[in-house]
Amino acid sequence: MSETFQADKVLDCSGMLCPVPVVKTSKAIKQIEVGQVLKMIATDPGAPPDMVAWAKNTRHELLDSHQEGDKFIFFLRRVR
Amino acid sequence: MSDENEDRPKRLALIASKGTLDWAYPPFILASAAAAMGWEVSIFFTFYGLTLLLPELDAEVSPLGNPAMPMKLPFGPAKLQNMDLPIPTALQSFPGFNAAATAMMKKTFKNKGVATVGELREMCTDLDVEMVGCQMTMDVFGFKKEDFIPEAVIGGAATFLDFASKADVTLFV
Repeated sequence: MSETFQADKVLDCSGMLCPVPVVKTSKAIKQIEVGQVLKMIATDPGAPPDMVAWAKNTRHELLDSHQEGDKFIFFLRRVR
Repeated sequence: MSDENEDRPKRLALIASKGTLDWAYPPFILASAAAAMGWEVSIFFTFYGLTLLLPELDAEVSPLGNPAMPMKLPFGPAKLQNMDLPIPTALQSFPGFNAAATAMMKKTFKNKGVATVGELREMCTDLDVEMVGCQMTMDVFGFKKEDFIPEAVIGGAATFLDFASKADVTLFV
């Protein structure tokens, strides 16, 4: 289920560990417009569950989360 | 499982009571993560945690009296780096040992991509995490408000309890 979305902004958090990807994602989502999509790339295996929790708490939409090799790819839509 | 008061931001109330490098991490990690999720966060710094409000962070760590702390070599072959160094307790009491253990832990953290305590604290201030210095312990240890980073405010037990009474998560670190 690695559906690809058109990203309006890309954030690369490769090599960064908890909580930095979450903090950087929260900043980056504020830099796009409501309805636009942020693509986030991480290598921390803690990122997939953390991004689910982050999206649930911020009520932004986690459109897709999948793995490509050692990379975890997330597509997030800014909701508000 | 409906969340009540969906529009009210969640709140995290932390007490940071320890000032060593290993214990400096949890409050700043939890606070920055919570703030990044839109939560309101307040950290109450008391006792040795007060040193985490100083502009220059020089938190150290010691394996002495900390028997579960692994001692890892931050350089050399991966196999060697993953080994827990068998350092006799008596050796750990020598002058300079804390500095060496601290340097090793910092280097290992850096190698693994962990942010420094200073970077995490800056993320917290950027995300408007409230940082409260405990007035009573400041008096005891001789700290003044001016000794701390400008973002720090001062309060007492009632200040913390008032915030914590409306918090969704409260932790003592």
